[in-house]
Amino acid sequence: MRKWLIAILLCVLALLVWIPLWMIISASFMGSEEMTQNLAPVLSDKTGYALWPLLPQYPTLHSYVELLLDSPEFFTMFWNSCGQVFPVVIGQILVGAPAAWAFARYDFWGKKFLYAIYIVLMLLPFQVTMVSSYFVLDRLGLMNTVWAIILPGAVSTFPVFLMIRFFAAIPTALTEAAALDGAGPWQIFWYIGLPLGAPGILSAVVLGFLEYWNMLEQPMTFLKDKTLWPLSLYLPAVTSENAGASLAASVIMLLPALLIFLFGQRYLEAGISASGLKD
Amino acid sequence: MKKSKSTALRFSKEKMVPWLFLLPSLILVSIFVLIPFVDVVRRSFFSSMSGQFVGLKNYVAVLQNEAFKLAAKNTVRFTLVCIPLLLILSLILALLIDAIKEQKGILKTSFLIPMSIPVASVVLLWKVFFHENGLLNRILAGIGAEKIDWLNSEWAFVVLIFTYIWKNVGYDMVLWLSGITSISPVLYESASLDGANSWQRFLKITLPNLIPTLFTVTVLSLLNSFKVFREAYLIAGSYPHESIYLLQHLFNNWFTKLDVDKMCAGAVLMAITVVSVIGILQWMWGRGEES
Repeated sequence: MRKWLIAILLCVLALLVWIPLWMIISASFMGSEEMTQNLAPVLSDKTGYALWPLLPQYPTLHSYVELLLDSPEFFTMFWNSCGQVFPVVIGQILVGAPAAWAFARYDFWGKKFLYAIYIVLMLLPFQVTMVSSYFVLDRLGLMNTVWAIILPGAVSTFPVFLMIRFFAAIPTALTEAAALDGAGPWQIFWYIGLPLGAPGILSAVVLGFLEYWNMLEQPMTFLKDKTLWPLSLYLPAVTSENAGASLAASVIMLLPALLIFLFGQRYLEAGISASGLKD
Repeated sequence: MKKSKSTALRFSKEKMVPWLFLLPSLILVSIFVLIPFVDVVRRSFFSSMSGQFVGLKNYVAVLQNEAFKLAAKNTVRFTLVCIPLLLILSLILALLIDAIKEQKGILKTSFLIPMSIPVASVVLLWKVFFHENGLLNRILAGIGAEKIDWLNSEWAFVVLIFTYIWKNVGYDMVLWLSGITSISPVLYESASLDGANSWQRFLKITLPNLIPTLFTVTVLSLLNSFKVFREAYLIAGSYPHESIYLLQHLFNNWFTKLDVDKMCAGAVLMAITVVSVIGILQWMWGRGEES
């Protein structure tokens, strides 16, 4: 009985998530006339209250057609997003995984100090490193190029921190046995560390993707040229001009994040838990 | 003789191994973060126009700046309200989820979904919801309440808190849940044998064992709280209602004006604050562990 009451309470709370999600998706199938009429009190200066029905009166794919056929800039922004987010995440793994392996499996001079620095860097908000990033990007002539997003993103220390937790959990017996059989450090990393630490790498990928798919501060600061903007920054700018197309764009932007979330939820949860483990 | 030389060589080679793994990351982190930040610390004591050493002048300018005072006050206020609130709500949520031992995890998934929803996708809905002529006021009008302009009044602060919690409650819930599941069931069993009721078990076993989790949940919530700028900026722009004008807005506006002196001193001040807050939390947490 008590369990049922709790379950019902949780279901009601979960509606706070499901209803907004449903509203965004269902409204993207609303015809533009219906949409304009419903939202006029908010988007133009009409009096009265806005209306957002849970089901469109005349469902149509019009917004999607308009977006996919008539708005070439949408594709540019979509590919901009992909072209910035994927290199960041791949870079984080390429640079971060070996570093995490070193922190997790070796003892070396200055390890504690470097580890502390990595943790502090991970905890500093973007606004603190914004100026310093600007100076170095400017010096290297990378301002207003995609590298201004990719390079600082790829050296983020959060994924290193995350992967250390997973690499450290690999039993020492395994790596010692491999070393006895004559495997070198690189082979041990490649054949034991990477496969057994894969959940950690995947959780870094999932968390990294969600974070950078949603980035705003970086492109806003380092990309002046609007044709380089990712969807996360471009989308809100068009909102009021064309609500229909912008909702369709919202849904298209939402889909990759939602898919990665649903398929990677196990790794996402493992990653969040790992970020909370104490030393 | 020969043998000892080869072991010496192997020994130093072995010492090199971790550095080879670490080097790519260390070099890039140094180039893109560490060295530039040291440079920013240096610049914070100089005037960017004349290049002269000005001591603490930039810091004084920042601390006396009216916009800085407002933004710092708002950021502190936001942090002090939203983090305790988030910690308590996510803990309650985690305890409820844990209590029903849900098999398929649909509810857990539900609360995690907002962290995957891009801010840009919900901006329009949020605007329509909280607008003066929006959905929330429509509902309120239904029960005869007055119209409130949510985003252009003191209420903007509440809207931002709600948004932050909506987005982050799932992340913290998972952190709490991993803390809860790591508590040994033996503890509960023996307490039950001793006749402890569920409330006593919660107070005497669950809560004390969650103290280590509390530290990390707090630090990560603090880290995520800075990202609320995304919601604030996308919903209300560069100059929102003054109750939600945060340090993030200020830094952004300084950047637009390329106010290098203030940005450098401000960045150093903010770094010192964040690191000392975390240091204090760690110290408090260490003392809590001992007792």
